[in-house]
Amino acid sequence: MTAALACDGVSVRFNSEQRAVTALHDVSVTVPPGGFLTLLGPSGCGKSTLLRVVADIIQPSAGTVRVLGQTPAAARRNRQIGFVFQDAALLPWRTALQNVRLPLEVGRRPALPPGDRTPEDLLALVGLKGWENALPHQLSGGMRQRVSIARALLGGPRLLLMDEPFGALDEITRDRLNEELLRIWQQTGTTVLFVTHSIYEAAFLGRQVMVMAAAPGRVQAIIDVDLPEPRSLALRETAAFVTLASRLRRTLETG
Amino acid sequence: MDAPADAAWLGAMRRARWRRRLLPLLGGGILLFTWWAVVAGLHVRPFIAPSPWVVAQTLAAKWAMLLQNLLPTAIESVLGFLLGNLAALLIAVAFVHKKTLEATFFPVAVLINAIPVVAKAPILLLLLGNGLAPKIAIAALICFFPTLVNMVRGLEAVSPQAMELMHVLSATRWEVFWKLRLFASLPFLFSALRISASTAVVGAIVGEWIGSQVGIGALIVQATYNFDSALLYATVFVGSCFSVGFFMLITLAERLCVRWQPEVTRH
Repeated sequence: MTAALACDGVSVRFNSEQRAVTALHDVSVTVPPGGFLTLLGPSGCGKSTLLRVVADIIQPSAGTVRVLGQTPAAARRNRQIGFVFQDAALLPWRTALQNVRLPLEVGRRPALPPGDRTPEDLLALVGLKGWENALPHQLSGGMRQRVSIARALLGGPRLLLMDEPFGALDEITRDRLNEELLRIWQQTGTTVLFVTHSIYEAAFLGRQVMVMAAAPGRVQAIIDVDLPEPRSLALRETAAFVTLASRLRRTLETG
Repeated sequence: MDAPADAAWLGAMRRARWRRRLLPLLGGGILLFTWWAVVAGLHVRPFIAPSPWVVAQTLAAKWAMLLQNLLPTAIESVLGFLLGNLAALLIAVAFVHKKTLEATFFPVAVLINAIPVVAKAPILLLLLGNGLAPKIAIAALICFFPTLVNMVRGLEAVSPQAMELMHVLSATRWEVFWKLRLFASLPFLFSALRISASTAVVGAIVGEWIGSQVGIGALIVQATYNFDSALLYATVFVGSCFSVGFFMLITLAERLCVRWQPEVTRH
């Protein structure tokens, strides 16, 4: 079976006027279809850079990336990648529903295949039924991020890239959205790459956790998570979870 | 909350609203009264400054003539407004998409803007003759620069994440413009349009000062030379009313177009 994501020796160097900065050094990772990889690490470890390489926003200086066996550029053009940004990146003049519809209005404007989730279905999936006509400034931070998740899911992408999507939210909202994200992930069967700097979030969501270190950004360890399924927030009080979290913390500290 | 407290709160709100409306009227009333008191009390001669009552009489008596002169000024300022802003808008779009163009011509625009209006006016008058054209050109020039600067800023006021989103969606430059940049620029555009609504009128009047037989500007010059202070004040009043009306029209258009900003500055 073709891997959802295969990175092999990926490096990214930025040349500024003063000096060359290595943002990512020799990153290799494979994620199976339907997998959930969390990228955990301190600021400046290149986790967001890696996500942008996969999305074809940044070109790697070395190494290869394959998304479902294609180049990132081809995967992007074929609308197989959905991206969720840290600050939701909604267009403030569009209603929630119009924001979710945006992918149908630009690029190749793919018609939704019959049977695919419509924008209305997706808003219901993220729990925003009844809010279709609200403008972003009328929504809370958590609701805005739900809208942006619905937008990223339109057209059924095979790979969902999430760049600290819940980083700016309060802990209670974040916990609820973590649980909902797992439900959405199971219902859609998409592969998820999730950037975070919260150890608990990384451990709770990830089936694989990639621990990264900074200066230069590199992989510290890739840890397979073997926690009982389906996961709920109560899992975080079990001994197995606490053990995993402290293992992740120790790995981060050796970085 | 219980019903009497609710009623009391609503009453307080209603009183606050009336205060907001009535206090400015009171301020205007006090100003008029002071004006009248100074003119009457110090026996200021009519050709130096008229009393408000005489201005009101002149307004009533010469209403038709004043409106007749307002018409060319209004046409010049509105056409100048449309022309200047349209040009600024198109050039801003070109600047944002071709940085070389911006680097080449923006300094030229700054230079032309640095020439005072009263200095530009005679030049345009020689170039364009004595009709409406030079006044329209002056009004257009005066509108052009603020809109150009604001529009360039507005078209670039797009969040980096929104640009990345458009890239992930494989949007073309054309789509980025119509779906993203244009909307992002609207608040900037309208703040420039509000400025040009009043400056366009200034431009038209300055144009008429220099070479015209009709219009608010020409009437101001004639009234001053004839020491007809009542007519001068009445003319200024009519011109100001038009200017304020134009400004309010743009503000209204902005409220209809830009509905997405959080309501922090509105009552």
